Amino acid sequence: MTSLAVERLLGFSRQAPKFMASSVIPAVGIALFLLFWHIVAGNINTSLGQFPGPAQVWTQSQALYQEHQREREKAAAFYERQESRNAKKLEKNPDATIKWRKYTGKPTFLDQIFTSLYTVAFGFLLASLVAIPLGILCGLSENVYQAVNPIIQVFKPVSPLAWLPLVTMVVSAVYVSEDPMFEKSFLNSAFTVTLCCLWPTVINTTVGVAGIDRDLVNVGRVIKLNAATNVVRIVLPASVPMIFTGLRLSLATGWMVLIAAEMLAQNPGLGKFIWDEFQNGSSNSLSRIMVAVLTIGLIGFLLDRAMLMLQRRVSWDKQAVLR
Amino acid sequence: MNPFLDISQIGKVFETESGSFEALRNVDLKIDEGDFISLIGHSGCGKSTVLNIVAGLYQASSGGVILQGKEIDEPGPDRAVVFQNHALMPWLSVYDNVALAVKSVFKGHKTKAEMAQWVEHNLELVNMSHALNKMPHEISGGMKQRVGIARALSMQPKVLLMDEPFGALDALTRAQLQDSTMEIHKELGNTVIMITHDVDEAVLLSDRIVMMTNGPAATIGQIVDVNLPRPRHRLELAEDVRYNHCRRLVLDFLYANQGGHDQANAEVVGGDEDAAGVTVGDRSEAA
Repeated sequence: MTSLAVERLLGFSRQAPKFMASSVIPAVGIALFLLFWHIVAGNINTSLGQFPGPAQVWTQSQALYQEHQREREKAAAFYERQESRNAKKLEKNPDATIKWRKYTGKPTFLDQIFTSLYTVAFGFLLASLVAIPLGILCGLSENVYQAVNPIIQVFKPVSPLAWLPLVTMVVSAVYVSEDPMFEKSFLNSAFTVTLCCLWPTVINTTVGVAGIDRDLVNVGRVIKLNAATNVVRIVLPASVPMIFTGLRLSLATGWMVLIAAEMLAQNPGLGKFIWDEFQNGSSNSLSRIMVAVLTIGLIGFLLDRAMLMLQRRVSWDKQAVLR
Repeated sequence: MNPFLDISQIGKVFETESGSFEALRNVDLKIDEGDFISLIGHSGCGKSTVLNIVAGLYQASSGGVILQGKEIDEPGPDRAVVFQNHALMPWLSVYDNVALAVKSVFKGHKTKAEMAQWVEHNLELVNMSHALNKMPHEISGGMKQRVGIARALSMQPKVLLMDEPFGALDALTRAQLQDSTMEIHKELGNTVIMITHDVDEAVLLSDRIVMMTNGPAATIGQIVDVNLPRPRHRLELAEDVRYNHCRRLVLDFLYANQGGHDQANAEVVGGDEDAAGVTVGDRSEAA
């Protein structure tokens, strides 16, 4: 064997563990899980037929996508008809009053995904806008912390679903508008998400801000930084890691809660999709619910990754290992 | 005449969960303008507490600190601190770390261009002009401390407070920074209080070495005047009789007080106020 060949071989064997760890091992894990799922599913019979295995779920996910496309085509056809009809009307009589109607087809699986994403984003952003400043205040001032902490501790363990009826009643009482910008159901879901997204961010921001290196805080005191500059130049950068830990926990809980809220309140979104399928009770329902379950998991994962990428962009510490 | 900086009978009691702890008692020290003072003593003897009280970061439980006739009750840029572990903001570049201080201190007094020039000037003083845009993690420990010193100098402090500034550095880097510190002190003539554990460093840099007894209730044990002519060169001084005499005095004190809490306390408790201000060496004026 030439020395070059030996080197190549060694080179390969040196790289091999990395490749194994990053792709092969997870792939094996997934394959084993699919096999396990397949076998177990085959042995569970329900009143709606056999529990769906990976194959049925795959078929239904394609079916759901095709339904979505058909629905889109129908919508496009509807708008086309409407346009030509209105055009004709105007041709006959330019002063004719014409009506534009929205297509009122059933929301598809993909529509429900986007509704849920939009809702969780709104609720999460609203919560973050409140929680980060509140956390900073609590971290900076022992008095504020002592005042706010009991309230946080009591509300933190409350399931947001307990809030749902209250939120619903308050929204329908307070949010009265002729031409509402948001659907009430959307606001109900979003506010419920907000209520549970608050706490992890408040708590982690507080811990992060309170734990800033004393010396750095003292530098700020010696140079007499004004409060705003102090927050922007010292407090925020120093507590970015903890703030993001809080935000990621919040977003994960928010996403879980949203699905439950949508199911319970029949608000549009993935939760409603699952509930509808459950009520529908066709032979495909379980497979379709399973598609939704996997989608929820995947989106939750992607949301977390997105936050991680955001943290990488925002954080000054590019060396930090983020996981 | 009132002294430039008057540390007057300060005591400090910390309230802890296991009761109160008296860290300092009757620490009394008068410092003239331009003096370079070292505080030396065993770990935990309250040197840092004294420094922090002068900085205004701590409040004295009794007594007070008067700088140019004005009592100190809060931190401020007229008493700039050089922290042991540099305390640079890791998210700001070398330039921005100094600029943060300059912008805060000279807002409304200097134009933007003047501030920029002032930042660069101070970094030049500590020979860091080559690394203006480097981030703290990209430069060595010695360089970080240089930036820390530049930041403190940039505030044009009346008193420069250095808390074991070179303690975390290797011997060679430390020697370089000591030389830089002497040059800067000669050029700017600022009043300096420096905490150190290093006897040679204390003798080399200081006009007076203030030695503290061990805590609790630590106070000033002895003060040694270092009447060596400046500029001082470490190699020449190694042979110098006066240098070695001062060094010896400090070492004697530190060894006599090694673990000797009882002895140190007896000196304070038993004696009157003068006991805390015992002077040794060629002191020409009483403290």
